[in-house]
Amino acid sequence: MADTGVVEALLLGLEKAEDGVDSLELSSSLGVEHQVVVGAVKSLQSVGEVISAEQRSSKHWQLTEEGVEISELGSHEARVFECIPVEGLLQSELMKLPFGKIGFTKAMSNKWIRVDKTSEGGPLIFRSVQTIVDQVREKLLNVLNGKDAELEEKEKSELKKRRLLSEVTVKSYWITKGSSFSTTITKQETELTPEMIVSGNWKDNKFKPYNFEAMGVPLDCGHLHPLMKVRTQFRQIFLEMGFTEMPTNNFIESSFWNFDSLFQPQQHPARDQHDTFFLSDPALTLDFPQDYLQRVKKVHTEGGFGSQGYKYEWKVEEAQKNILRTHTTAVSARMLYKLAQQKFTPVKYFSIDRVFRNETLDATHLAEFHQIEGVVADYDLTLGDLMGVLHQFFTKLGLEKWVEVGNSGVFRPEMLLPMGLPEDVSVIAWGLSLERPTMIKYGINNIRELVGHKVNLQMVYDGPICRLDT
Amino acid sequence: MPTVGVKRDLLFKALGRSYTDEEFDELCFQFGLELDEITSEKELISKEQNDSKAAGASDVILYKIDVPANRYDLLCLEGLVRGLQVFKNKLEAPRYVRVSPVSGQPQKLIITKETAAVRPYAVAAVLRDITFTQERYDSFIELQEKLHQNICRKRSIVAIGTHDLDTTSGPFTYTAKPPSEICFQPLNQTKEFTATELMSLYRTDSHLKHYLHIIEDKPVYPVIYDSNGIVLSMPPIINGDHTKISLKTKNVFIECTATDLTKAKVVLDTLVTMFSQYSSQPNLKHVFISSSPHSESTETVAQLLTRMCLLSKLTGVGDQIEVEIPPTRSDIIHACDIVEDAAIAYGFNNITRTTPRSYTVATQFPLNKLTELLRQDVAAAGFTEVLTFALCSKEDVGDKLGKKISETGAAHISNPKTAEFQVARTTLLPGLLKTIAANKKMPLPLKLFEISDVVLKDKSKDSIFFPGRCAEIFVDGKSVGRLGVLHPNVVTRFELTMPCSALEMDIEPFL
Repeated sequence: MADTGVVEALLLGLEKAEDGVDSLELSSSLGVEHQVVVGAVKSLQSVGEVISAEQRSSKHWQLTEEGVEISELGSHEARVFECIPVEGLLQSELMKLPFGKIGFTKAMSNKWIRVDKTSEGGPLIFRSVQTIVDQVREKLLNVLNGKDAELEEKEKSELKKRRLLSEVTVKSYWITKGSSFSTTITKQETELTPEMIVSGNWKDNKFKPYNFEAMGVPLDCGHLHPLMKVRTQFRQIFLEMGFTEMPTNNFIESSFWNFDSLFQPQQHPARDQHDTFFLSDPALTLDFPQDYLQRVKKVHTEGGFGSQGYKYEWKVEEAQKNILRTHTTAVSARMLYKLAQQKFTPVKYFSIDRVFRNETLDATHLAEFHQIEGVVADYDLTLGDLMGVLHQFFTKLGLEKWVEVGNSGVFRPEMLLPMGLPEDVSVIAWGLSLERPTMIKYGINNIRELVGHKVNLQMVYDGPICRLDT
Repeated sequence: MPTVGVKRDLLFKALGRSYTDEEFDELCFQFGLELDEITSEKELISKEQNDSKAAGASDVILYKIDVPANRYDLLCLEGLVRGLQVFKNKLEAPRYVRVSPVSGQPQKLIITKETAAVRPYAVAAVLRDITFTQERYDSFIELQEKLHQNICRKRSIVAIGTHDLDTTSGPFTYTAKPPSEICFQPLNQTKEFTATELMSLYRTDSHLKHYLHIIEDKPVYPVIYDSNGIVLSMPPIINGDHTKISLKTKNVFIECTATDLTKAKVVLDTLVTMFSQYSSQPNLKHVFISSSPHSESTETVAQLLTRMCLLSKLTGVGDQIEVEIPPTRSDIIHACDIVEDAAIAYGFNNITRTTPRSYTVATQFPLNKLTELLRQDVAAAGFTEVLTFALCSKEDVGDKLGKKISETGAAHISNPKTAEFQVARTTLLPGLLKTIAANKKMPLPLKLFEISDVVLKDKSKDSIFFPGRCAEIFVDGKSVGRLGVLHPNVVTRFELTMPCSALEMDIEPFL
């Protein structure tokens, strides 16, 4: 708390005043610097509604340093007058004095002195009047004594021109009683302490109000990445629907599993250099189930299994090429093949993992992203079943409109029959990207702020929990 | 998905009525297409270049429609209109019939054995008695271009040549000759050139230079002559000027040369069927037999298919339907494709939703289950999770860590567009350090973690840590990882200045 003496005096003064107190007046009546009063005002303001203080500014005339000197010693011209003896003073001598130059000019224009240029030894200065009135000094003294109103504007500007007076803006406060005015100030506490609790003092203490405009101290804690939080939710939903997770811990895949086993023809645009990342090392996979490979070759080239096939020359060299997988459907294919090698049972599979595309990059596309995939294999599955599963899935997410965003369909017989799956088994599948729902949920426009090393860490710190169904 | 641009007003004129944008969008959706964009030539140029370049361009409204990649019959206005009209029962599903010429023999295209060395296959057809307008002509050229880009794989598999039959006379010969022996006046030129000269001439042609490589280094180039030795074309590069088509052309000779016969036939069929409507008579293909799917009556199914241009009728034997597959539908290769069309015609939104009956108990993939458990606790311990790229530069896993790239066991990408895609990461560490470097403005301390896959050809030793300030982690006598203070050189190479410590561990041994 600022100088309590001043504070108390202010409160007392305020109590007596009819409407209010001016800080400048108070500072002069108390005989203290105005700043001290300002300090007291600020202190009182911080403890609540004790006082009300309105800022005012007023213009004030003040003596400059030179003006102060003159008010004490007299104006230059008066001093010139004073120092001229009866027999006169050599001008050259007069000029040596500090007030000489200006004083001489002024005294001459006031016609207080005259110069005799004819005298020997140089010009001589004589008084030409008996007495003078040092008006400049008088005016300055008036200002000093607060009687500046008695001066005309013209006079004040003139003195300002001579740099004896300056106009200053003075900020002051108009202080009035506040809603909780009292002449006694109680000290305000910031926090509740153990001592207060134990002693019971807290009952008598006043507590400083909280500043809700200030930020709190951030907690020192860890954070999970938003994309991974969304992934956890999707994973949860699949598990709740009875879907088993597929092993997708292989970024590198052979073209065979990624394309050929899925009945995607060789020489298809998606297999181009510009859409797929090919590996130079290790470049090839050579180990495939040979019987199956032959059946795949046949269905591509000649058809069979009820199909006409694509009627082109299927080359095993293309199938051997290693790539960074372009979709996790390659894993689904492996799983279905494995399933077909034993007695068939209906299954539901899912995966959420990274895939790679060698495409043009922009604000919403990166070379790496995450694919969500669901697969159902059962006897006599229908389109109605596919739509039913999709509907349930998206309903659980609370994202019915997302049905348009995903891709879905039924796997072709050319894919399933060469694997050895029973003819009456259908397999339905659907997928969508993980990044898009995440960017929408967390309001992120640029994918680089979400994924990769240029991530906006503050966004990760601040990211709320992922609630998909609200 | 390929996109077809059609002038909206021409489209509506051909369809016989106007639609609002929403109505047409809905129609496309039902048919299995997507109205991707409504724009104009002016807008397109504005977007791609700038407003001043667009100044003189056309304001005519264009519809850009996405069609499935295997529907070559929907790549032009003619095909789209036909498909939609039949779908809406406004037109009968067309039957395409091969017709003989009014007088004389059909044209012949003789293929010699020399072509086997460079471009073995060719197919040809004639469109008779055709009438071109400027729009039809433009559409004809545009379709050839679209086919060249898609199924023809930029002319490398199939190349199309179209000629005014009345300027030339058959029989035609498709052969291959050494480039110096081929000499003709190519399209848009005023004098003759040899094939060798043409290769140099077109090296600077922005359009044609991309196709030269297809035949350039071969000992012989493909060439088609008429009975008088006039060159019709030198596929896949350029046609001869002599047989060029104009608006006045009445009979068109179409040849497709190829390295894949099936695709050549599809291309020819597409051209012929699409533009046969401007001819006096249209063409046909083979027949397929299928059983009716359960829920609908056989008659209804036959009707639905016919609306998709798959003319169907009941055989009278049980619930069998005989389906005629027109040459425009090369995408139909299995009965399932027919069922798909029936479903589209029925309307997917009309299908009742059901649920698969089987009961399944889910299992988590053990590695992912363990990862999820660990993530929670590492975050609880005060670390922030990051997700970094699996692809990085060779330096990131080599030099910057003080290793030789050959010793890292990294998998290399053969076609990286930039250095950032050179290898698959062998360790998670560079990703974390790059994350710190990109987030220097964040207050310290920065405590980050990631639990994710790395790609290794084999294990390798490390030089990453500060000597005396690191340790190897053993579980049951087996090394599972390392931890320690990073070597200052490593820290500096990632443009960081603060001391960093790290732990990297393989979690698979814990499964």
